Amino acid sequence: MTLSTMTLIEGHKPITPAAGIPVWDIDPYDAELLRNPSAYYTRLRELGEVVYIPRYSVLAVGRYETTRQVFSDHENFLSSHGVGLNDFKLEDPWRPPSIILEVDQPDHTRTRKVMSRALSPKVVKGFADLFRDTAEQLVDQLLAKGTIEAVTDLAEAFPTTVFPKAVGMKDVNPRHLVDYGAMVFNAVGPDNALRREAMSHAGEIVPWINAACTRDRLTGDGLGAMVYASADDGTLTEAEAGMLVRSFLSAGVDTTVTGIGNALWCLSQNPEQWQALKRDPSLIRPAFEEVLRYTSPVHTFGRTAGRATEIAGFSVEEGTKVICVLAAANMDPAKWGDPEVFRIDRKPIGHVAFGAGIHGCVGQNIARGELEAVLGALIERVDRIEPAGDPVWRPGNAIRALDRLPITLIPN
Amino acid sequence: MVKVTYVAHDGTRTELHGDPGDSVMSLAIAQGIDGIVGECGGSMMCATCHCYVEEDWAEATGPRMDGEEDMLESAACEVTERSRLSCQIKLTEAHDGLVVHLPEEQV
Repeated sequence: MTLSTMTLIEGHKPITPAAGIPVWDIDPYDAELLRNPSAYYTRLRELGEVVYIPRYSVLAVGRYETTRQVFSDHENFLSSHGVGLNDFKLEDPWRPPSIILEVDQPDHTRTRKVMSRALSPKVVKGFADLFRDTAEQLVDQLLAKGTIEAVTDLAEAFPTTVFPKAVGMKDVNPRHLVDYGAMVFNAVGPDNALRREAMSHAGEIVPWINAACTRDRLTGDGLGAMVYASADDGTLTEAEAGMLVRSFLSAGVDTTVTGIGNALWCLSQNPEQWQALKRDPSLIRPAFEEVLRYTSPVHTFGRTAGRATEIAGFSVEEGTKVICVLAAANMDPAKWGDPEVFRIDRKPIGHVAFGAGIHGCVGQNIARGELEAVLGALIERVDRIEPAGDPVWRPGNAIRALDRLPITLIPN
Repeated sequence: MVKVTYVAHDGTRTELHGDPGDSVMSLAIAQGIDGIVGECGGSMMCATCHCYVEEDWAEATGPRMDGEEDMLESAACEVTERSRLSCQIKLTEAHDGLVVHLPEEQV
């Protein structure tokens, strides 16, 4: 069968799994499963090092060591075919591929360097006052309200205020930024209702995003300008600079919104850990790492076998899509001992919430900086965070975020 | 086994035994060495595993990796010609006896 006559499944080549790989008839992108995925993660790990899911004709990994290994093995498991179910080499993606996320070496190295310089710890330190002042003002406003819906009032409000400033965007539209993130991350799943709903906003949002990434829509002193400086010195073309600014907007908003929401959920559900954090503010950064491990804001990303290779001794044919269930790895008892316990002093170095290897999240320093500011402002002002209703999770093909989190902030 | 000695800023020496393939950072984290944070887990995205390789070991540990120089600019303490990100030093048998010094602070 030639490629042109082959019937694709979710835009990728169907495979015949190697003998001995457990077969599991499940839909990992089912909305109900995604609302409460814990049993899925457990079963995935129990079944084996690698599992075949016939519904999408993909392999899935969820044990810590194997997941980390596959996810960071950029030689065998490529990103240029897309990090979702669609194979960009076989079907046109919904947007021009990212030149940092959806690309392999050596092209990746050039763009990655530009982005890692722009997002270095040193640069992020320069935003500390902006982040902290904004967080303090916001928390003061929310304390006056008492009971809040933390997703909208805090988790979305903070990043959509500070991130456009950090990037230097002249155009501000918080809704478009959040909804664009939802498109990007739901697009990595199958053609299901979640993806269709997110994509239904594309006509309005995509032109706005593309326009907002151009040089004339950016100030001269933000992260965007730093990227355009690489166009001035010849490292990038003007178009590539625009594409990298687009990457800020794709990956920099929805993710931190989720991180903040998930952190508030963890701390409101574990009051003794909140008190421990108040007693020892030096645990703010480790506490965020534990939030990341415990909730895995990006729960699943994929890779594509670039050649015939293997996973845990099982042969894997070229073109195989492998979904790497990062959230399952972050809850693997073989790695973490007591993964179900949320403990802010765990210091879970090596969690894969930011991925691993050369494609590890390039924005992780800014994410930490934002969370440090928010949690720092909270612990100084808030005595207790109490649930004020049931949290509601929002299913997503790649992101595990809260849809609603009613809480009451009780001042010191 | 590969023996690595970590010398803390106050002079305290800790000897650890790692396996080939471990990084100087990951070995330190696994054994709870205080002077290395390793916040990013080894993606070369932070500079919190900064160390100074003792001069005699400079050749065995090799030159800095591509991109390491950029990230070292964010290190909390002085960067010298012996500075490395310890996540980028992957242990081999040839590193048996390696000595690294740790900076006063990492963040």
